[in-house]
Amino acid sequence: MRDKLKELWELFFAFAKIGLFTFGGGYAMLPMIQREVVENHGWATDDEILDYYAIGQCTPGVIAVNTATFVGNSRAGAAGGIAATLGVIFPSVVIITIIASFLRTFAGLPVVRNAFAGIRICVCALILNAVIKLMKKGVKGALGITVFAAVLAVMVVFDPSPIFAVVGAALCGLLWPRRQKEGGEGK
Amino acid sequence: MTLLLRLYWEFFKTGLFAVGGGLATLPFLYQIGAKTGWYDEAILADMVAVGESTPGPIGVNMATYTGFTTAGTVGGIVATLGLVTPCLVIILIIARFLKAFKENEKVQRVFLGLRPAVCALILAAGIRVMRIALFDASGGLSAAAVVIFAALFAAIYRLKWHPIIFIVISAVIGVVFSLGV
Repeated sequence: MRDKLKELWELFFAFAKIGLFTFGGGYAMLPMIQREVVENHGWATDDEILDYYAIGQCTPGVIAVNTATFVGNSRAGAAGGIAATLGVIFPSVVIITIIASFLRTFAGLPVVRNAFAGIRICVCALILNAVIKLMKKGVKGALGITVFAAVLAVMVVFDPSPIFAVVGAALCGLLWPRRQKEGGEGK
Repeated sequence: MTLLLRLYWEFFKTGLFAVGGGLATLPFLYQIGAKTGWYDEAILADMVAVGESTPGPIGVNMATYTGFTTAGTVGGIVATLGLVTPCLVIILIIARFLKAFKENEKVQRVFLGLRPAVCALILAAGIRVMRIALFDASGGLSAAAVVIFAALFAAIYRLKWHPIIFIVISAVIGVVFSLGV
């Protein structure tokens, strides 16, 4: 029992460290996860981490959380998955709560208002850059272009819940007719 | 209490349907704000900025910020737990048949459709943010904002520095040119 608790605590602490020292999530977290999980603790191999990442990208939710759940679960079952997940979100919750309450207090100051007017422009540029990067990998072929254009048009014009777009696009991928030659390519 | 339950449920749905990490939660957060009136596009943009320039996964950061804006400290915790609950459950299930899932042909085909959709969803949410960032109060396109946007985008696209650097630069630009007035 005591060993089990110690293991859960170690998982929580290791992932809290990962959450605290990485900015930006996604692939930015990979080096830190490798150092903590693979090198410091030997909880998983590099290959396993990459597998977790690949699956994290194609399952819903935050990739870092998915990876934490995987590693925790493989070490100490469902409780381990929960401990690691709580660990990875813990620093975010604390830091963001502090920043958000600070911003709420000072939001009226002209300096803060001006700074955020500038930052909002930057956020637009960051979003556009992220989309272009994703498009290079994700929007390919007739299926990719059709789904991209259809979803964009529907979202801009009708503004429905994104859930419809996600479900519709998944069905499109599943039902889209395939060319004959596929079988041989493997990966 | 009902507000907290509603927060949990909205973020649970976000966690369940936002695929791909990073900014994938953005279209959902926009939708929540538009539907509930808890926050507007200006605050949404602030969330992205804070989420990108603080440690931790962006999706988690934005959930905490949104929850805090809506219902204080407890709201931040509830929204974040709502976001991660579906991930946690799904991964615990998938971990049992990891390999089969990864190599499943149907799963791969679903992703052929999802990837372009995620791009379009984030872009559509980005356009909503642009409407408040690049236009002034009277609804006209702000020339200064467009020039700054173009310059920042060119720099971000070419230099590939960390987003925090650009966020700090843009904050300074905002103060120097009094963009918020």
